[in-house]
Amino acid sequence: MAEPLLEVSHLAVHYGGIEALCDFSLQLEEGEKVALIGANGAGKSSTLKALAGVVPFAQGSLRYDGMDWTHQPAWKRARAGLILVPEGRGVFPRLSIAENLQMGQMGRSDPAAMEKVYVRFPRLYERRTQAAGTLSGGEQQLLALGRALLTRPRLLMLDEPSMGLAPQRVDEVFGVIAEMVQAGTTLLLVEQNARRALELCDRALILESGRVVFSDRAAVCLASPALRAAYLGE
Amino acid sequence: MIACPPRFKFPWMLLGTLILPWVIEGLLGRGWVRILDFALLSVLLAIGLNIVVGYAGLLDLGFIAFFGVGAYAYALLASPQFGVHWPLWAILPTGILVAASFGVALGWPTLGLRGDYLAIVTMGFGEIIRVFLNNLTAPINITNGPQGITMIDALHLGTWSFARPHRLWGIPLPALVGTYYLFLLFVLLALFLSRRLEYSRIGRAWMAIREDEIAAASMGLDTRRLKLLAYALGAAFGGVSGGLFAGFQGFVSPESFTLQESVMILCMVVLGGMGNLRGVVAGALLLAFLPEVLRPLGGWQQHWFHRVLIDPSTLRLLLFGVTLVVLMRWRPEGLLPSRARAREWHTS
Repeated sequence: MAEPLLEVSHLAVHYGGIEALCDFSLQLEEGEKVALIGANGAGKSSTLKALAGVVPFAQGSLRYDGMDWTHQPAWKRARAGLILVPEGRGVFPRLSIAENLQMGQMGRSDPAAMEKVYVRFPRLYERRTQAAGTLSGGEQQLLALGRALLTRPRLLMLDEPSMGLAPQRVDEVFGVIAEMVQAGTTLLLVEQNARRALELCDRALILESGRVVFSDRAAVCLASPALRAAYLGE
Repeated sequence: MIACPPRFKFPWMLLGTLILPWVIEGLLGRGWVRILDFALLSVLLAIGLNIVVGYAGLLDLGFIAFFGVGAYAYALLASPQFGVHWPLWAILPTGILVAASFGVALGWPTLGLRGDYLAIVTMGFGEIIRVFLNNLTAPINITNGPQGITMIDALHLGTWSFARPHRLWGIPLPALVGTYYLFLLFVLLALFLSRRLEYSRIGRAWMAIREDEIAAASMGLDTRRLKLLAYALGAAFGGVSGGLFAGFQGFVSPESFTLQESVMILCMVVLGGMGNLRGVVAGALLLAFLPEVLRPLGGWQQHWFHRVLIDPSTLRLLLFGVTLVVLMRWRPEGLLPSRARAREWHTS
């Protein structure tokens, strides 16, 4: 059997003396959709940041696409298709929308791909010369997703894409994410809105204080009374 | 939708800058042409710092160190200190290389720092350079300590010395005006390069780093290398300015490279409008001239009140400070802000 797209073994992340994440292991097959669920401070964002290379590994190793990536810097990982859309969207507020999107095409120029994004998000096209900071939260999230799309992700890591959005906007954002994964992009999703995440993903890992406490298929998680009580507010 | 560089009204601007020293000499006298020459060196410095602070968003409070490095490079390579007398075209590239390496030397250990922390470290770096210049006298006397280096060769290209008046097609060309044209050439070159950088992929990448470093890195931007490049290029401009300064003044000493000078250049950039070249040039010229304009304050006091109420040098600084505060109150984005800065201050 082919090697998985991503293989994380025994990853630990420390901030100074604080252990944010401990002994995290995960294998992702190409095209798989996995959700990370947990309370605030459980280590979800730290996991994504470590995988993107924005915070260092304290322990553990990362294999991606058949190679060891443990010591590669963030930008190389991003160019290899390991893309993080950080919490709070990470748009460049004072650059225009067009300039933001160009950032997704660093080192190359692909007008056709840009065109596609503009067709998919007509509102971004209408406002392309405006500063990204003038967009609403939902539109900023769409911009961040559009920009991520232009980077040609193989593994897309989304950190709380629905944070602070109105329910309609959340529908819109999840619609876009669903399209992206249907096109074959592998997804690692961190999401407070556990129900939406579980409905979208194949599998889920539940994190508590930096450790994986439970991991199973999404349908099983949705059916588990204990998890429903803890994360779905029932 | 790549934003294109706005067109320059080139012929008029150029004509204006070409006749400017003659107008100033005619109206205000030769001393003001000298001030104008020094102002151009400030412009060059501000253009360099603008790359670091304005484009890449790295707050640098020790920028004068690169000016100092460039000045001492010139001083050591063209003075009796070591008995070497290199020509200008050999010194300046050397000065650029040395200053750029110092830029990388500053950038390397501070890559992880931002904002206030970075400002403190860069400030320390500036002071370290100054202290070194003060103390590199033993075992080999390199910098000659606080006395500085004197009798530096005047700026010259071949047999053409910029320290002497010339005659061109029968028109007398005073030394200071000739120097002005030399400096102007460097400023124009710096403006051209800086503009090309601003609208290049590199410039855009710097702005992305300034806005959100994590997002920039996760878009595949090599933030380390881009930041080092900003430091090196900014320092290179500072080094050129320093070299010209040493050759123009004929004398360098560590006291020209204090923290106050660093702060002054930063003020030029911020006041003019960070990230926008026109603004930076305007800010540099304004702050270079303002202290000189305020110089006769003592005389005016004598005239109006028949005695000097406040020490002119104190009053000069006070008015200078008031001007800065007033400008920052009414135009916090700077005199001529960049598009992005204007957006920052005027989007609620």
